[in-house]
Amino acid sequence: MTRVAVVGAGYSGFNSNTPDLSWKELMYEAAVRAYEDAGVDPRKDVDAFVTCAEDFWEGFAIFDEFVPDQLGAVLKPTFTVDADFLYGIANAVMIIKSGLADIAVVEAHSKASDILTFGEVIKFAFDPIWLRPIGKAHPYYFAALEKSAYMTARGYSDDVFAKVVEKNKANGRLNSDAPYAGKVTADDVLRSEAVFYPIRKLEIAQRADGAIVFVLAREEIARELTDTPIWVSGVGWWSETSNYDTMSFTAAYARKSAEMAYKMAGITNPARQIDVAEVDDRFAFKEVQHIEALKLAKSNEIPELVEGGYFGRGGDLPVNVSGGSLSVGNLLEATGGQKALEVVLQLRGEAGRRQVDAEVGVAQAWRYIPTASGAVAVFSR
Amino acid sequence: MAVGKKDISCPPYVKGREIKAEDIKEGKVTYWEHHPDIRYSFTAGQAISRFLKGLKEGKLLATKCDHCGRIMFPPRMFCELCFRPVDEWCEVKDTGVVETFSVSYIDPDAKPLEEPVIVAVISVDGASPKMGFMHILGEVDPDDVYIGMKVKAVWKSESEREGSVTDIKYWKPLEG
Amino acid sequence: MLMEIERIKGLNFHKKQDVAIVGAGITTFKRRLNETGKELSYYAVKQALEEAGLGIEDIEMVVMGSAPDAFDGLHMKGEYLLDGSGGSDRPYMRVFVGGGTGVFAPIAGYWHVASGLADVCLVVCEEKMSSCHPHPQSAFKYIWDPILDRPLQPNLIWIFALEMRRYMHVNNIKHEDIALVSVKNKANALDHPAAQLAERITVEDVLNSEPMALPVRRLDVSPPSDGASALIMVAPHIARQLTDDPVWVAGVGWALDTTWWTNRDLYFPRYVAEAARMAYKMAHITEPRKEIDVAEPYDPFDYKELHHMEGLGLARKGEAPILTREGVTARDGDLPTCPSGGLLGVGNPIAATMGVKVAELYWQLAYRAGKRQVAKEVTRGVAQAWGDLMQVGTVVVLSNKR
Ligand SMILES: [Zn+2]
Repeated sequence: MTRVAVVGAGYSGFNSNTPDLSWKELMYEAAVRAYEDAGVDPRKDVDAFVTCAEDFWEGFAIFDEFVPDQLGAVLKPTFTVDADFLYGIANAVMIIKSGLADIAVVEAHSKASDILTFGEVIKFAFDPIWLRPIGKAHPYYFAALEKSAYMTARGYSDDVFAKVVEKNKANGRLNSDAPYAGKVTADDVLRSEAVFYPIRKLEIAQRADGAIVFVLAREEIARELTDTPIWVSGVGWWSETSNYDTMSFTAAYARKSAEMAYKMAGITNPARQIDVAEVDDRFAFKEVQHIEALKLAKSNEIPELVEGGYFGRGGDLPVNVSGGSLSVGNLLEATGGQKALEVVLQLRGEAGRRQVDAEVGVAQAWRYIPTASGAVAVFSR
Repeated sequence: MAVGKKDISCPPYVKGREIKAEDIKEGKVTYWEHHPDIRYSFTAGQAISRFLKGLKEGKLLATKCDHCGRIMFPPRMFCELCFRPVDEWCEVKDTGVVETFSVSYIDPDAKPLEEPVIVAVISVDGASPKMGFMHILGEVDPDDVYIGMKVKAVWKSESEREGSVTDIKYWKPLEG
Repeated sequence: MLMEIERIKGLNFHKKQDVAIVGAGITTFKRRLNETGKELSYYAVKQALEEAGLGIEDIEMVVMGSAPDAFDGLHMKGEYLLDGSGGSDRPYMRVFVGGGTGVFAPIAGYWHVASGLADVCLVVCEEKMSSCHPHPQSAFKYIWDPILDRPLQPNLIWIFALEMRRYMHVNNIKHEDIALVSVKNKANALDHPAAQLAERITVEDVLNSEPMALPVRRLDVSPPSDGASALIMVAPHIARQLTDDPVWVAGVGWALDTTWWTNRDLYFPRYVAEAARMAYKMAHITEPRKEIDVAEPYDPFDYKELHHMEGLGLARKGEAPILTREGVTARDGDLPTCPSGGLLGVGNPIAATMGVKVAELYWQLAYRAGKRQVAKEVTRGVAQAWGDLMQVGTVVVLSNKR
């Protein structure tokens, strides 16, 4: 079976605002860096390009139109998947395994700062008849409902989520591209305003701008291009339901997509076999939910492990060493891209001051409010 | 199994119930309206910001790629064919040639316009061949427009210009 | 001087497994339907499952194709549609290349199976254009560059009018030659049970219809529609269990041209030509005019069928109108083109036109098109769509021989 590797990665950002660059220029910057990193010329060497974007995050009716030029993809096989970057990785893997490309490029970006009415856009994803008419609150309350159900079902106290924020914000201080990193204690989190009770202000990832580009290649070509190919050993994606009212609120999408990716990667005991994980933490409780769903720990042990630093940078299984979305920011469809980027940098040994020792890593992303969909990718050295 | 037979005709049936415009007027249809308040502020970026500033000054700016030699209009920060940064900025003329045109009788919501609008792709003199952009024609009868017609920009006055493509009111035939 | 178009490298198209189509479904296409997008998707999926002899539990993965969110009035439309389209509790994703989606979604379905990640993949396409007010075209206000184009208050029809004029000018083609396509396709649609605008019209009717954006008149254009369609794509060992004569995917191709559409000569769709070259190479087709028996090129406008035939290499530049006039593209002709009735006759629920492009081609090659079945014997056919700012070409070649 054809193996696929990441042979180049580039990014631009991540910043809370990017008033000087258009989204095209952000993408261009990330693409140029990725191609340099991979040593490929997009005009000659790349066979297929994948962009991950949603129209209303961008402010266009057909965003696909505005993609090819800044990726070097003019008149080449190029398309949009309306999903996170990790779905883009899954597509690139399938395209290469189908023989449609030897080298494929995946891009995702966020120009969240261009959106003036962020809450309205999220609300526009709700069922128009069932959910939109209910209440005038900012749609973050949907996450609050989920957190409430989840923590009650598991019997967790708020301390565990506050600790996650403390850990991720501290991790981010070693990442020069993490605009929301900072010295924050669990007490600070618990004392911050309960803007969407039980979610407190510091538990929510703020929006950020940035772009990420990966170059993927099939095995023979990957070995020619680089001495440190990072193998995409497994991909998985999964959707539970589109009905918010009947979702399980236990991140079944993450559990199932992880099962798919683990199966492909031959991982039978993720808690032991995975060395580093970057999971979606755009609300602090989501990190805990995702750690459980990815079977990185048993749910009843998680509070203790969080408290004891097991998921810290120096712990047995570091989670969100990059600082996560709580430090880097909510990158919309590029969220999984930032996670995958961190895993690739860690596996290559290029993570600088925040380097941990890792052979196998996992990146995971959720499709955000109001979905129960998400994707997982397993990378190995 | 019913499959594999060549004598079935597909699709064997079609589902879906049509609604006529009258059904809505007469209140026979249950529906829910939503008027979203979705707004954006698009960052123009380096190339287009400078282009818009040029328009305010009554100038059309382009960029040049030394690799393929193209003078590109509208200007861009990178050459999409060579995939490298552009090398320099230059000014092109505010005259050009109609590459293709249309006489539009409808507005963006497909409502009829009182006066038709003549829209054209105009390739601008001084840029590389076929470096066109879309704009409006004026001071000309729709029947007199033809492909290959030479046109010139009619600018708003300096005080009216705001750094928008509408700083050019329209393009009119260039006499002679 | 324009740079030479980059060529696809020497790909060997080596895949894990072949891909067959074993079932398709389509709803009626109408200007407004009572059903929601979820309900329409459900109908289409149900019909496809019935034809294939499969249950929803047999479906491993689902690909959704749907065009702008702005039509349905839903951000992340794919997530909303997932339960209606059988995507609940399984891997599900939505792909999108504007109007090209109807032929692109099956391409994505193809690689789900060809890569070996799935053995049974359901492809669903949906569009509910009538939700958008005041008119579906209002959604197209947001396809334009926000800084360079939107201040001019463009209507979508403009770009087609500009492209049509350029095509007519360079190839010296008259409007009456183009109108023949509308006449043919609307008449073909009389035999399609889903059809929205099937009728017998004349060239004069087209030329005298209401002007929209000249040269485009009302009868040159396909209507906005609501509708859905579905397709089931499977691995060879599954196909063998279901049917003696599946239809195989022989080639796929897609290409996206530059955003700067005003910098291109619009007379020829090189985005279609590039996509076709990839698909033909994969299908080992060197002379498409001789080797293709039936074609479903994308026909949202009458000139587009001609334009795309030339892009697909089914006619030389400027030759498509002549083939049309000579009856070559009629249902009993040598190269039946849009035997379904196309978008002009059956309707244009953007992505859901998969049902009159790829699904129709499948039914033609399986000899199941009933009254629409073309006269000649068929082995290979091509379906194509196009979208974005006159930018995307998507091409699928099917064959009833493996
Ligand atoms: Zn150049």
